[in-house]
Amino acid sequence: MMEPGLNHVLFISTALFFIGVFGFLTRRNLITMLMSIELVLNSVNINFVAFNKYLWPHKLDGLFFSIFVIAIAAAEAAVAIAIIINLYRSHQSIDVENTEDLKF
Amino acid sequence: MNEFLQIKLLGIFSLGMDLGWALLMIPLLPLIGFLLLGLFGRKYMKQSAGIFATLLLSVSAFLSLHTAYGYFFKYGKLEGVYQKIIPVQFTWLQFSPGVSIDLGILLDPISVMMLVVVTFISLMVHIYSLAYMKGEERFPTYYSFLGLFTFSMLGLVMSSNIFQLYIFWELVGVSSFLLIGYYYDRPSAVAACKKAFIITRFADLGFLIGILILSFYSGTLDFNTLIEKLTSIESTEFKSIASASFIGISALTWALVLVFIGGAGKSALFPLHVWLPDAMEGPTPVSALIHAATMVVAGVFLVARLFPIFSMSEAALNVVSIIGITSALFAAVIACTQTDIKRVLAYSTMSQIGFMMFSLGVSGQGGESGLGFTAAMFHLFTHALFKALLFLGAGSVIHFIHSNEMKDMGGLRKYLPITHITFLIACLAISGVPPFAGFFSKEEILLAAYHHNMTIYWIALATSGLTSFYMFRLYFSIFWNKEYIAHGEAHGEGGFLMMTPLIMLSIGAAAAGFIPFGEYVSADGKLLESAFHLQFSIAPVVLVLAGIFTAMWMYKKQSNRPDTIAYSLNSFYKLAFHKFYIDEFYFFITKKVLFNLVGRPAAWFDKNVVNGLINAIGNCTIFLSEKVKGFQSGKVQQYAIYFLAGVIGLAVLFIYIWK
Repeated sequence: MMEPGLNHVLFISTALFFIGVFGFLTRRNLITMLMSIELVLNSVNINFVAFNKYLWPHKLDGLFFSIFVIAIAAAEAAVAIAIIINLYRSHQSIDVENTEDLKF
Repeated sequence: MNEFLQIKLLGIFSLGMDLGWALLMIPLLPLIGFLLLGLFGRKYMKQSAGIFATLLLSVSAFLSLHTAYGYFFKYGKLEGVYQKIIPVQFTWLQFSPGVSIDLGILLDPISVMMLVVVTFISLMVHIYSLAYMKGEERFPTYYSFLGLFTFSMLGLVMSSNIFQLYIFWELVGVSSFLLIGYYYDRPSAVAACKKAFIITRFADLGFLIGILILSFYSGTLDFNTLIEKLTSIESTEFKSIASASFIGISALTWALVLVFIGGAGKSALFPLHVWLPDAMEGPTPVSALIHAATMVVAGVFLVARLFPIFSMSEAALNVVSIIGITSALFAAVIACTQTDIKRVLAYSTMSQIGFMMFSLGVSGQGGESGLGFTAAMFHLFTHALFKALLFLGAGSVIHFIHSNEMKDMGGLRKYLPITHITFLIACLAISGVPPFAGFFSKEEILLAAYHHNMTIYWIALATSGLTSFYMFRLYFSIFWNKEYIAHGEAHGEGGFLMMTPLIMLSIGAAAAGFIPFGEYVSADGKLLESAFHLQFSIAPVVLVLAGIFTAMWMYKKQSNRPDTIAYSLNSFYKLAFHKFYIDEFYFFITKKVLFNLVGRPAAWFDKNVVNGLINAIGNCTIFLSEKVKGFQSGKVQQYAIYFLAGVIGLAVLFIYIWK
């Protein structure tokens, strides 16, 4: 079996990214959409770590950025959950098709 | 005050200066009356409006008389010829070095005469209306309109520039519109004022085109210069206007005929006469002032003012005389059948104006042949007096019995003695019975016609006979015929305010004939010996008396003679009774032809094509916006797709295109 190269890892992260985007665009449940966003963020994390490890093995910049991204993802998830709870309270549903109030 | 003005006039040689102020006051005082009464009358001057306006106008009348006295007896003549004096001139709009609309005052025999006529009759109407219109809700408005009219008419007669005359011409039309439609809650009055204004406005189109042609060829709008340039055969302007032609008629004739059309509309000559009988919807003093004595003679005045130019074109004069005599006969025939007393008087006015017009048409420029001109002006003067008297007398009758129809009248001579006598004097005057005023003026007209055109003379003679017949038909139907049965409470004849104008006008109608008019007013300003031939007068007077006796035989006592005669004339009587169906003819042309063939397609085009175009543009915008608004659908996932598409686009852009 060959050693996993940069390309392999990048392939995985790109695939994860687009899976996440696809999930965000097609899921009906708001929480599931949130999960998809987390997938996107995590794919970005993989990207950073891969580039860090394969291209600049003696530096840690990519890892540090990933830690920031994790923290921000957590904060953003908290905010998103708060929004979803408020939406539930007003619409009694977490279906994204019921949130089309801000239209023309 | 008299001496003060006189000293001012004689003492200071700059005649223009002081004369100008006095002359400017003549039209400006009624204008001030119009403005003040129009703005403040309804609230503050409900009771005093009449007195205020009458006072202003009496000062105006006094100034006019003074001007006339001064002009005719003191400074008007230079070597025996009356001069055209321009005391005031002010350049208003300058189009090019020669062509400018100046506002100025021109004094010449006819304008001074008209000043006197207009202010005197207006004063009589003002005094009469104090009693006639008493108790009217809009009393101040009435007097403000009268002031506007008097101002416009005075401005018209004093104009020194043809365009200035046109401005005042239109103003007179507006005043007439306002006054005819005074009782605006009556649909018939509203229809009548619209009709009057539209017809005269339509005629004024011809007038305007005539003005433009005249000013184009002569390069000026000023009367004196216009006459000077277009009346000498050698001048370049005359040569150019006489040689230019359109469909075989010279530009000069075209211009004059078009100007005459404007005059014919205002003076209610055939075929533009249809507004005059309807204009009787206005209050009776208004009919006396506007539609008898002053406004309707504006056309005659216009032709007289431009008479030197008219006399250069045989064809134009022929048109004038033919239309004049046609109107005279036409109106006289219709007047014999009408039953509304004001309508009879309206047709009588039309007939008399026809007399004045054809008298101008057969006139030459100077000397003996200029008799027609003098006769026309003389008749204008006397006609104003007795026609105003007739209308005011009719107003007195209407005021008494509250109806216009002859069938409600009869035997009123006992109840309205002063009205009766003055009305009789006026009827005798208009019929041309000596020694009343109408006799002298009509004689001169008939004499002028006799010397120039025998056909016109015979028709005019017949019309005179008809005139006396229908006037005395009117007289006998009102004051004799049957006994009057008073319905309800009978109030007496109108008071002192209504009777004084009647008496003053009747003195005028009786005595004015003796004024030697030829000494003052003539075509070339020189003295014209008044020609009075006894043998010549026999035929007209006999015919007139025959008319009077026929009317007496038919109408003095109630009988069925009028009905049997009407029955025997059958279809001709019906034609005359329906005014020869001219109104119906006009309605046909406007409603069936113009509205359907021109109006409807134009409206269709406007509604469908023009509006349709604009609506289509609007609809396009709506369509586009419907499509665009789909972008803001409120769906988060859709927004995310746009976002993603944008990011991918930018990535492609940065990576592959903008390295």
